[in-house]
Amino acid sequence: MRNISKSFGSIQANDKVNLDIYRGEILSLLGENGSGKTTLMNMLSGIYFPDEGEILIDGEPVMISSPKDAYDHGIGMIHQHFKLVNVFSAAQNIVLGMETDPDGKHISKGKMDIAAASKRIREICDLYGFDVDPDQKVYDMSVSQKQTVEIVKVLFRGADILILDEPTAVLTPQETEKLFNVLRNMRADGKTVVIITHKLHEVEEISDKVAVLRKGQFIGELITSETNAQEMTNMMVGRQVELNIDRPEPKDVKPRIEVKDLTVRSEDGILKLDNVSFTANTGEVLGIAGISGCGQKELLEAIAGLQPIESGDVLYVNDDGSKESLIGMDPIEIDRKGVSLAFVPEDRLGMGLVGDMNLADNMMLRSYRHGSIPFTDRKTPRELAETIVDELEVVTPSIDTQVRRLSGGNVQKVLVGREIALSPNVLMTAYAVRGLDINASYIIYDLINQQKERGVAVIFVGEDLDVLLELCDRILVLCGGKVSGIVDGRKTDKHSVGLLMTKVGGGEIG
Amino acid sequence: MDKTVKEPLIHITKRRMVSKKREWTVRIVSILLALIVCAIVTAVTTHLNPFAVYASMWNGSFGSERKMWVLAKELAILLMVSVALAPSFKMKFWNLGGEGQVLAGVLATAACMVYLGDKMGNAGMIPLSLISAIALGALWAFVPAFFKAKWNTNETLFTLMMNYVGIQLVAYYIIKWESPKGSGKVGIINQNTQVGWLPSLGGKPYLLIVLVAVLVTVLMYIYLRYTKHGFELSVVGDSQNTAKYVGIKVDRVIMRTLVLTGAICGLTGWLMVAGTDHTITTTLAGGRGFLGVLVAWLAHFNPIGMLLSGFLIVFMSRGASEISTAFGLNKAFGDILTGIILFFVIGSEFFINYQIHFRKSHRKEAADV
Repeated sequence: MRNISKSFGSIQANDKVNLDIYRGEILSLLGENGSGKTTLMNMLSGIYFPDEGEILIDGEPVMISSPKDAYDHGIGMIHQHFKLVNVFSAAQNIVLGMETDPDGKHISKGKMDIAAASKRIREICDLYGFDVDPDQKVYDMSVSQKQTVEIVKVLFRGADILILDEPTAVLTPQETEKLFNVLRNMRADGKTVVIITHKLHEVEEISDKVAVLRKGQFIGELITSETNAQEMTNMMVGRQVELNIDRPEPKDVKPRIEVKDLTVRSEDGILKLDNVSFTANTGEVLGIAGISGCGQKELLEAIAGLQPIESGDVLYVNDDGSKESLIGMDPIEIDRKGVSLAFVPEDRLGMGLVGDMNLADNMMLRSYRHGSIPFTDRKTPRELAETIVDELEVVTPSIDTQVRRLSGGNVQKVLVGREIALSPNVLMTAYAVRGLDINASYIIYDLINQQKERGVAVIFVGEDLDVLLELCDRILVLCGGKVSGIVDGRKTDKHSVGLLMTKVGGGEIG
Repeated sequence: MDKTVKEPLIHITKRRMVSKKREWTVRIVSILLALIVCAIVTAVTTHLNPFAVYASMWNGSFGSERKMWVLAKELAILLMVSVALAPSFKMKFWNLGGEGQVLAGVLATAACMVYLGDKMGNAGMIPLSLISAIALGALWAFVPAFFKAKWNTNETLFTLMMNYVGIQLVAYYIIKWESPKGSGKVGIINQNTQVGWLPSLGGKPYLLIVLVAVLVTVLMYIYLRYTKHGFELSVVGDSQNTAKYVGIKVDRVIMRTLVLTGAICGLTGWLMVAGTDHTITTTLAGGRGFLGVLVAWLAHFNPIGMLLSGFLIVFMSRGASEISTAFGLNKAFGDILTGIILFFVIGSEFFINYQIHFRKSHRKEAADV
């Protein structure tokens, strides 16, 4: 790729980027949020068209203006958000939209040979070590299986260059390991793999080379075996960064939230939480680990009054030691009780914020009820928005910008900033740093530690075990809706938590 | 040479920030373009001088004081319906039942006038018919809202069906109240006593309607922009999950908002019967329940903007009927012109939000070689 530039309105997403990708290598594309990694790869795979510059494959300039063009040149991309039809089987999804079979033979419309396709899918799977049942319907699949289908789909179309956009964001450590093995098999077969990521230990584990982007510009390329996490981080962020997460000693630890025998069923009657009991203490970070979909979402929502429960109790312990049940109350009633509960949900734009509203109006979500007149106070939220933009270094044109136009990290800063501005006594976060780059992640960890030192009971649902082990005082492990253990964050290690996550007897993935 | 890489001829990108000035320039240019296209179509198909046709359209709205009052009244009624629908649509409740909700107000007003016209004077009749019209209009909108809130039924179909229920009900009462017998129509109600008729302010029969419409528009602007209710309904419209997360009772907001919509539609129906028509027909709402959706949408649900989009629609329709009489053209010709203008106005939104890049000329590169 030569001198590639792309801008969106006034935002320069890529600025004269030069990137060389060689056959048979695994290249990591590293960069912070909004550094232009995905945009660059989208141009390679035909989603966007570059404003400037050219793309050469094997020395020939090529013109890629649609994903089909990209496939014709052997380039396939696996996006962060899967693009599969739920009611179709794996094989149907894989052949969907194809006009020719991989040998170039024309498939006439309405005569798609699913059986032959299935056979070929099995061959691909055997070659690289995938595990796909061509007849399984997509809605029956776990996230990792769906990802596998996406990869097979790209291979089926004869791609030699695979681009994976943050493939591990949704996977457990075990699934990630499986994926990496498959990628290594592909490399052995002469395929080229580009993986977009900002997880440094994965870069070190899987890739041959690392290309670093910062603010749309190409910063440099490193041979993985000759570099280290610190050097990569510095290149990515542009200055020296401390890579250790603080963990202040908990002070003045008292019970704040007691969850007793909590059982929750989803609307379809599936058991999501099964007799969950624990205590969250003031001045302490309680981590919640588990494979995704093991009841984390339901647990937090049940405490926040958003999830009807089947049995059990959630008790709030006042400063004087008296206890009140929060069961059956909605968020407003909980707030009126004087329980200031801050909640950073997993789905930031779909639940925590309103994507189409600007920063100021999103601040108003928590405060608009204040005052007894029927009119809203618009001034205070605007001031709060200004403060958050200043203090958390939110990158936004103005506080009148719609939040869905911000990048993932900035959206999260807005949400966390608003919730902390409630001066909560309980703070719950779900995947607070998912999709965030190192810099933004550390800002969030600092904020969490500040709240902990203020005496807030923090519940931190996380997916990165390294982070959970460095940040949390205690870690509760959920497995299939059951508590499979509560361990001391200072005394345990990744292996034992990993074992609890897949403890026998509750290993089903919801 | 045939290996030369070509850019696509055009590609389209979304604009990030659009200045107000640019927005309005695009809109005005698109209307001018529409007028040019209309002129060509007029000249080619009718062989008339397009400027004479335009002048006549202008006359249709501004030719005399009476025509200006008719324009103002038509605009006021359409504006009220659009303003009524705005909160529903802002909440993403696709309310296609404006027609039925207006007719409900019409029916309630007419019923009061027919049954109680000889039992009370205007002092009792006007408030009574007003309240009944508002109540029945609100009920017409409440029913689909209730089902939506409780059982998540599809509001588009439900509100649409409620229109037909309304029309049939009105048809039934027209037969019942028929006057004179056998005509199939309800003549002017209370023609002699004028009970239930709105007074004309300062000798201007439509002034009251215009004033009510202005008041309702301003109030709705404030309601949507500055009140807690207005904020809640836009949160519900954008994301029901977020609304629940901050403790908004979504079903209550849906029902409350639709009652408001229905009430204003009912009020509009009341103004039509008590204020201008003094009779009832099944077509009294005249498609305004649907036209109002267009008006509201063109203005992005901003009540003040609806004044402009509403004006455009009413002006075109008055102009269309004027040219059909002045030049003996088919009424459909006016509709064609209206269609062309709307096409350009709606199309301009695309050019406001997106940018089109044409293939750059390759002369510069050639010079480099």
